[in-house]
Amino acid sequence: MMDFTLTEDQVQLRGEIRKVCQDFSDPYWREVDARGEYPEAFVGKLTELGWLAALIPEEYGGIGLGITEASIILEEINRWGGNSTACHAQMYTMGTVLRHGSEEQKRRYLPGVASGELRLQAFGVTEPDSGSETTRIRTTAVRKGDRYVINGQKIFISRVLQSDLMLLLARTTPYDELEDKTRGLSAFLVDIREAGDALEVKPLDMMINHHTNALFFSDLEVPAENLIGEEGMGFRYIIDGWNAERVLIAAEAVGDGRWFVERASRYAGERKVFGRPIGANQGIQFPIAQAYAHIEAADLVRWHAASKFDRGERCGAEANMAKLLASEAAWEAANACITTHGGYGLSVDYDVERKFRETRLLTIAPVSNNLVLAYLGQHVLGMPRSY
Amino acid sequence: MDIVVCGKIIPASTVTIEIDPATKRMIRKGVAHELDPAAASAVEEGLRLMEKVGGTLTLVTMGFNEITIGIRTALAMGATSAVHIFDDALAGSDTLATAKALAAAIGKRPFDLIICGTESSDSYSGIVPGQVARLLGVPPVTFATEMAVEGNTLTVKRQSESGYDVVEADLPALVTVTSGINEPRYPQLKGIMAAKRKEILQYSAADLGLAAGDVGEAGAREKVLEVGRPPRRDVGEVVEDDGEGGKRIADFLAEAKVI
Repeated sequence: MMDFTLTEDQVQLRGEIRKVCQDFSDPYWREVDARGEYPEAFVGKLTELGWLAALIPEEYGGIGLGITEASIILEEINRWGGNSTACHAQMYTMGTVLRHGSEEQKRRYLPGVASGELRLQAFGVTEPDSGSETTRIRTTAVRKGDRYVINGQKIFISRVLQSDLMLLLARTTPYDELEDKTRGLSAFLVDIREAGDALEVKPLDMMINHHTNALFFSDLEVPAENLIGEEGMGFRYIIDGWNAERVLIAAEAVGDGRWFVERASRYAGERKVFGRPIGANQGIQFPIAQAYAHIEAADLVRWHAASKFDRGERCGAEANMAKLLASEAAWEAANACITTHGGYGLSVDYDVERKFRETRLLTIAPVSNNLVLAYLGQHVLGMPRSY
Repeated sequence: MDIVVCGKIIPASTVTIEIDPATKRMIRKGVAHELDPAAASAVEEGLRLMEKVGGTLTLVTMGFNEITIGIRTALAMGATSAVHIFDDALAGSDTLATAKALAAAIGKRPFDLIICGTESSDSYSGIVPGQVARLLGVPPVTFATEMAVEGNTLTVKRQSESGYDVVEADLPALVTVTSGINEPRYPQLKGIMAAKRKEILQYSAADLGLAAGDVGEAGAREKVLEVGRPPRRDVGEVVEDDGEGGKRIADFLAEAKVI
């Protein structure tokens, strides 16, 4: 029997992070969005209070909580109108160092990440010609003595200008020379502060306030000691972090979905047209109720995935389904919320359009839902590869 | 210095308060609770003092099982321990019975200073701190907008209608602080985790030497006779803008001496 009732500790955590999030209200996020600014005050407060160190083990200065608890934190940020993408990567990018880094690397970096003194929230994988097909990336890292020399380019790399360190995936063996095409890529920790002109960061103008960039590497030298784990194993290391990320993104989507449903149902009850609240019309009411049901269902899969992850069980199917279902349910709720608000839904002052733009991302990132379906079809249901 | 903060854990701000028609009292069982913001200000003030002069800070509170979450918030903020007075026999206690229980619990240990909010944010009686002070035989100093302790002397700026009075009292004493005295800190995540290991001492009415007739519904001298909604206020004047709307509003405000 599955019981997803939160423990007393989890209820306490939810209550405490909720208070912090509620104090950063709509006008704060609206203004940050309008100015295209990084929500420094919010991220700074979360850092100062230790929330972003939730997943780092105590021995490295963190709190040592599980994915379930981390997902509660991110859900609450989105539930109260915020946008977790500003800081969620500071929580989990370090996972690659934690799982595959040397003891020396963990001791050198993780306490700083835990305290917030070091921001490790940029993750350089995607390239202009290889998005979902990660094994085709072209950025190279060539070993020269005690250093690797990096050349190439990346795109949609977020929070680089708000990071001290970046986890970078680069090719150390040419694709054509590989028997196993999942090998040949390596993970590096790049110190952005020391990169100088060898790293050009070009901010991209996007639909959402996501602080994402195109990166150009020109003979960027990285000390060989910054290689994470074994050379050629980087792709495997990154895959290891996917399930955790899927669960966390699902929780963010659930938070968004609840925000939309609350705003839509409240407005539907207040707004009167033709002498009665618009929520008295089934055309308005039912889509909100339907989205609500889908969010609650997705949330159950999210808890299922999170609890399996925290028990150390295989959870690829559940984590992927949670991300798929929650992001689709949030998008459904976003549409119902816009429809309910009519023209006001497009007004910046109502915040719906901002959240609408933000939640759309979750259906295509960090992985497109089409590829989630491809994974389920092939790896869970045993059908032929569809891509 | 041993500081006691006496505060309440109240239904969370997200809860719609309902009144039990039989007892005419707020329904507290089974609803989400949180540390009263007034109590949080008292805890914050106590922590600032403790951080300056050292010592301990104990939260003393009374209520059902549901209030553990609020006790943990105070511990997560930095309180060193807590006392939870918890007994079904205490349900329905009036302010005097509540004060008796609190005073009996506080009196079990030595203390230098008791800090309370001026009043709780759910029932707003504002009577309990004075009663606790009387029962413990310490001076009550109320409505503090600033407070400091030097040696054995408590000095507060006491809010008054025309400004403030500066009031001194020898310790031990009880002080009530206004909600504007500080901005309570958020608990650190590490503090929340550490709070699980801090002591929450539980006392029943019997532990505090209180007989059944002294407390609870049976011992209540104060009875709530009726609970009603505030009278509806008339809808204000609606100014239709026929080109003169701004002027009419300005005239109205001028007449009311607002502008």
